Amino acid sequence: MALIEANDLRVEFPLYHLAARSLKKRLLARAAARVRTDESNRVVVSALRELNFRISSGDRVALIGRNGAGKTTLLRSLAGIYEPVGGRIRIEGAIGSLIDPAAGMDMDSTGRENIRLRALYRNLDEAAQAALEEEVVAFAGLGEFMDVPIKGYSAGMLIRLAFALATAMQPQILLMDEWFMAGDASFIDKAEARLATLVSGAEILVIATHDMDIARRWCNRAIRLDAGRIVADGPVGPVVESMLAQTA
Amino acid sequence: MLAGPLPASETYAFDAAAPRRVEVARDDLRKGLASWRLAWALARLDLRNRYRGSVIGPFWMTLSTLLMLIGLGLLYARLLNMSLTEYLPHLTVSLVVWTIISGMVTDSCTTMTNAEGVIRQLRVPFSVHALRSVFRNGLTAAHSFPLIPLVFLAFGTFPGVEGLLVVFGLLILLVNAFFAAMFLGMLCARFRDISPIVANVMQLAFFLTPILWKPELLGEGAAWLPFNPFYTLLETIRGPLLGGGGDPLVWLAAIIYTLLLGAVSLSFFARFRGRLAFWV
Repeated sequence: MALIEANDLRVEFPLYHLAARSLKKRLLARAAARVRTDESNRVVVSALRELNFRISSGDRVALIGRNGAGKTTLLRSLAGIYEPVGGRIRIEGAIGSLIDPAAGMDMDSTGRENIRLRALYRNLDEAAQAALEEEVVAFAGLGEFMDVPIKGYSAGMLIRLAFALATAMQPQILLMDEWFMAGDASFIDKAEARLATLVSGAEILVIATHDMDIARRWCNRAIRLDAGRIVADGPVGPVVESMLAQTA
Repeated sequence: MLAGPLPASETYAFDAAAPRRVEVARDDLRKGLASWRLAWALARLDLRNRYRGSVIGPFWMTLSTLLMLIGLGLLYARLLNMSLTEYLPHLTVSLVVWTIISGMVTDSCTTMTNAEGVIRQLRVPFSVHALRSVFRNGLTAAHSFPLIPLVFLAFGTFPGVEGLLVVFGLLILLVNAFFAAMFLGMLCARFRDISPIVANVMQLAFFLTPILWKPELLGEGAAWLPFNPFYTLLETIRGPLLGGGGDPLVWLAAIIYTLLLGAVSLSFFARFRGRLAFWV
């Protein structure tokens, strides 16, 4: 059984490499609600504030909200990359994250070498590595380009490889950003079929998206974020309606 | 699609009220060291990419060390009034080892910032990046080490049985490189002014450490040398090869410095591990 549970989850971004004092003055003068100075006098952005939710097996959750609402930050926190400054988070189940397609890719290596590299990132043994390679080569359909350094790839080819790599294994919890709708027409059909398998095989899906059609189509629950807070959480229909009604 | 779920079903839990930092850091180290194959593959890629298109590749390091040796060797043997047979083996070992030490320290500063893409996207133990830096520098070092036996052969100086101690000297060096990569890697990610400071310190250390000159030239002042950590590190390799095994005091000092750096590095890592993703 997969499970994601957050209690009072709070994530803050420190702004280190900016001229703190002048920036502080400027931002505080505008009485910005999300930028503040913390106990140790640093300028921080509250990316996520007091989030409470519980996602259990069978939930297909769409994270919706405007740019900067905290969708990707929440995905990264769920993936265990951003450590919260407050509250608790608990995730049970193997996580597969499709957040950045090019994560861990080496532009100077060939497609095939990148597959091996990814296998090492995932700690696969020899047999699993060979299986992964065969599977990715077949799905990406790049033919002879598999042995060309990927910096010579077109954007579409890169997406194909990245997508094939990222979706080759079935996670229990699938975290996804909406980058995956690229590629040429023939690939989109293939990609959608793969995604459908992946999504139905996963116990939990969390997807950050701007596209309400994607939310309606893939999900049964929506969490709407605004300025780092949850403003609505419930069945996908009503939450999306409320969002559309407000932004329209 | 591949059959079956991802191999390990795992639980990730974090409670900001009880962060269990030591446990998390220990886990990171354990998993990081176990992923040495990943670190090794990445290090080899780094080397390949750095010298892509170059005909002699990493042997440029060997060549530049060799040129330094010839130039400095001829000049300083004259300046210091020593014969080449006396001076050149000393200079060779010192310069080769110093190039490695200085390369490792400088490289440490970019260990984490260079891995930014991975740190912000994938959950990979951070110690893998430190290990990668150690391997990368170890591989580079392996290209200039042959200069030492070459010069020894040319001048007919051969270490005795105590030369085997060099293995421990190299081990101490690698352990230090790992701790330095962890500590400086994180520190330089947080404070971007540290790398130029480190570069300056290393330049100064080059002249303060007996590399171009021999410790004996310092006379009574040589007693103070063990306070220079770089000297002790250098001496645990140079001692076995040239000095009949090296002073036990120097070995002790080198081990103490290693333990100190390890303690500082690991506590810093344990305390700030969770912040690294926000720093890079």
